[in-house]
Amino acid sequence: MKPVSLFLGCIIPNRYPGIEKATKLVLDGLGIDWADLAGASCCPAPGVFRSFDKVTWLTLAARNIVLSEQMDRDVLTICNGCFGSLADANHELKNDPGLARQVNKHLGEVDMKYKGSAEVRHIIEFLSKEFGPDKVKDAIKRPLELKVALHYGCHLIKPSKDRDMGTVENPVFFDELVEALGAKSIDYEDKMACCGAGGGVRSALLDKSLEMADAKLLHIAEAGVDCIVNACPFCHLQLDFGQVEIKDKFGHEYNIPVLHYSQLLAIAMGYSPEDVGVDLNFIKNEEFIDRLRG
Amino acid sequence: MTKEPVKLLEDEGLTFLTCMQCGTCTGSCPSGRYTSLNTRRLVLSARRNKDVYHDEDLWMCTTCYQCQERCPRGIKIVDGILTLRTESVHMGLMLPDHRKVAGLVIDKGHAVPINDANRERRKELGMDELPETVHKYPDALEQVKKLVEVTGFVQLVRNEGSEVAEEGQ
Repeated sequence: MKPVSLFLGCIIPNRYPGIEKATKLVLDGLGIDWADLAGASCCPAPGVFRSFDKVTWLTLAARNIVLSEQMDRDVLTICNGCFGSLADANHELKNDPGLARQVNKHLGEVDMKYKGSAEVRHIIEFLSKEFGPDKVKDAIKRPLELKVALHYGCHLIKPSKDRDMGTVENPVFFDELVEALGAKSIDYEDKMACCGAGGGVRSALLDKSLEMADAKLLHIAEAGVDCIVNACPFCHLQLDFGQVEIKDKFGHEYNIPVLHYSQLLAIAMGYSPEDVGVDLNFIKNEEFIDRLRG
Repeated sequence: MTKEPVKLLEDEGLTFLTCMQCGTCTGSCPSGRYTSLNTRRLVLSARRNKDVYHDEDLWMCTTCYQCQERCPRGIKIVDGILTLRTESVHMGLMLPDHRKVAGLVIDKGHAVPINDANRERRKELGMDELPETVHKYPDALEQVKKLVEVTGFVQLVRNEGSEVAEEGQ
């Protein structure tokens, strides 16, 4: 397995640093050869930047990928948005020499050159393909007997033309990784539905965006779970801080704890919920955190 | 000169002309349940004329790709919507909040930059106050600033003329 550089993006280091810490603990715990991607910027966010100007989007994405190429490492993302942006940009640049030339002309201004020698990975597909649920299970210290509502999010698996992740209607690879930790992935209505945050909708049309999250949370609440597990900090923010906003705007209260898979895995590896910042979420559920302490 | 949407999409290797208006896209759209977005109608509108560039529904798509995955004609609907958005933005039509987010990347290199509360959270977790990103490396931030300058992005976002267009939208 090729060594990886850890691409942080924006929301994880700057809003949910516990996910960053959890990811690093998990990568160490699994013996993965990783390094910081020093000097990386925003991926840039696909909803706004890709919509605004394709060449700018590709150029900033390429700069992040080049930083990893220079270290001879693949890029490991922990966010569906970063994955979507960087993987799609990498795909476009590898397959369109004209665009690559245009981007390299700009990168030349900062003495950089995109070669196309690195792959972009997402931690969930990375763990699923490089380790698989059985090896992940071997790495944990204590099984977590939790009922989990899993949220894949969109850009981990779509657009499927540029991914290699199987069915987009009923995927199971993420469920398998959660169940490897002793948890049970509970089915719920519209499980594959979007959280409502992407495409620049949350940033410009907050109320509409929250109506989508509200529907998602209602279906999750009806399923009767202990927590939500996601693979993306933007979904995480929408489903965690979104609960505060939804209570405020629509009067619906859920109080469902939200964890990124890195946090859940770190806890199953023996770290405390405080070690990985679960207590720094907006939804604070003491009873749940007590259970995680084991 | 603004291109006709059919031509614009064609130049990107895309087409909406094979759409048979079955409505699978609209039926699959999570946003359309709560917003005015009607993907089938938007696709039809993009086949007609430039009015589509002014259609606010363009901005209600969360880019979840469900329509694109399910389209029986294999139309790259979301890719097309992103292409139409770009043309619209280059006409000076951009939502004020999106302009702000774009400005944050131009200035800070992050769409969501660090703040005091999260500097504290990082310290509480035993981490460095600043992440290993452009936040910690001024030279890296200068590279990003240079790149958004040379691609014309700064001018696009900070163009005085586009403020007027925004008011008119």
